[in-house]
Amino acid sequence: MVPISYYLVLSAILFGLGVVAFIFKRNIITIFMSIELMLNAVNLTFVAFSRALGKLDGQVFVFFVIVVAAAEAAVGLAIILLIARNQQSLNIERVNLLKL
Amino acid sequence: MFAPIEDLYRLAPELVLCTFGILVMLAEPFVPRKRSGLVAFLALLGAGAALAATRLSWAHPGTAFYGLVRVDDFSIFLHFVVGAVAVLVILGSRDYLEREGLHRGEFYALVLFATAGMGVMVSAQELVTAFIGLEISSISSYILASFRRNVPKSNESAMKYFLLGSFATSFFLYGVALVYGATGTTLLSRMDSASGNPTLLRLGLGMIFIGLAFKVASAPFQLWTPDVYEGAPTPVTALLSSGPKAAAFALLLRIFDTVFAASQLWVWAIWVSAALTMFAGNLAALVQSNVKRMLAYSSIAHAGYILVAFAARNEIGTAAVLFYLVAYALMKLGAFTMVTHLGGEGERRLEINDYAGLGSQQPAAAAFLTLYLFSLLGLPVTAGFLGKFYIFNAALKSHLVWLAVLLAINTVISAYYYLRVIVVMYMREPQKEWAATPIPRAVGLVLVLTAAGTLYLGLFPNYLMEFATQSAVLPR
Repeated sequence: MVPISYYLVLSAILFGLGVVAFIFKRNIITIFMSIELMLNAVNLTFVAFSRALGKLDGQVFVFFVIVVAAAEAAVGLAIILLIARNQQSLNIERVNLLKL
Repeated sequence: MFAPIEDLYRLAPELVLCTFGILVMLAEPFVPRKRSGLVAFLALLGAGAALAATRLSWAHPGTAFYGLVRVDDFSIFLHFVVGAVAVLVILGSRDYLEREGLHRGEFYALVLFATAGMGVMVSAQELVTAFIGLEISSISSYILASFRRNVPKSNESAMKYFLLGSFATSFFLYGVALVYGATGTTLLSRMDSASGNPTLLRLGLGMIFIGLAFKVASAPFQLWTPDVYEGAPTPVTALLSSGPKAAAFALLLRIFDTVFAASQLWVWAIWVSAALTMFAGNLAALVQSNVKRMLAYSSIAHAGYILVAFAARNEIGTAAVLFYLVAYALMKLGAFTMVTHLGGEGERRLEINDYAGLGSQQPAAAAFLTLYLFSLLGLPVTAGFLGKFYIFNAALKSHLVWLAVLLAINTVISAYYYLRVIVVMYMREPQKEWAATPIPRAVGLVLVLTAAGTLYLGLFPNYLMEFATQSAVLPR
């Protein structure tokens, strides 16, 4: 059997990749995808722990996460669509009316 | 298997809010345009009914749904806060929506849903439940922030709020997963007794802290706040700066006070974050020319003040947090409602210089705004003064002398930008004539209620403070 640490390391790497992509990518859709990657890393962690602990609730949590991620995606894509329509661009550097 | 009826009583405010939210959406297509006030009235009724339902659930303290949520004085106190915020926001936003041609029922439905999410957050006893509450309120507010669909600034604000909000949520969730792995449970009450891997637990609690620090806009995770607050429609800004913040602080307090490991780990993080947040907010606010942006930075600074009371780690500190959340919600809602009204059609007048001559031309509006700014600054006879006093008191009781000193320094810094607005209003000649629009009745009501609340708490804090102290005793 594969030890749990493998799963944890893999999910930590996925989560880290998501964070790095979130910070360095310039396309809004890619940034959005990196958030999904982070959420799926969390799912993997939940499932791995659920298996290791011999409890089912971790797998139930994954369903909650999936549902919430779907709701978030619906709202997020709508917002991105508004940006694309009003700015004709999906580059985050060009969405800069509000000075940071 | 059905939940016992007591469980439903304990979730009554959320049930009422969701029911009315759905009713508002159903009613919207059937109500003719001319009578759109009916939808707003229905939503107002819903928020009022939620307050009544909170009173009902108060009579049934205890845990519900297998320990997922808990009704105690703490959650009741915050339910009253978020419910009152919803009432005031709905009252204050109708005339704005009419003016901007945005009047749609969804707005009110989303405010109600967001409030339901905050309600779940403040009574959650379990981390995944807390996450669901957090997301219900966050997703609703993402949509609310983008409500001025054709205004690029509003789009941008919504996008930043959405991306950074989801980013923070992922951190929170990863933390929950690690805590679950370390202890085998997500119930806060069982976390201490469970023997687990301490490193994993600490890592998880740290992640949860980062996620929540984003939500309350404390440094170094506060960068999104000014942009989001500036671009969002002003009534939504009023909501964002009061309700969700109170709920996130409540969740932070709940975890902090229930889980021993968290209080061990977080106390230094909170100390540093409090100091950084106060300076980050106040120093940046000094150079702002836009009123909304200035108020956004001021709300960051206020999050820092609240964190000082957090760091005190005693019941006086918790009571001070609760008192300050009420005082803060009142003055911020009042200030943003005034800014909404003064902004005029299309939110054109938002620069501080636009307020020149307001004192002579619209004395009532100027007087209200002055009161809120005095309270935000913390001058005596206002709620802000006593709120700060209680925080000071709690910090000194816990020997946090340095934090208390930093708090005092920051109050002095903040005097500059609050007083500048007042000076501009009363001392400067107007550059152009104000087409003085009369204050609509509903907006006037919000202003009177928040101003009266600010003064009342400044003069007679005892009743609320007693309630706060009683609520501060969290079950171990």
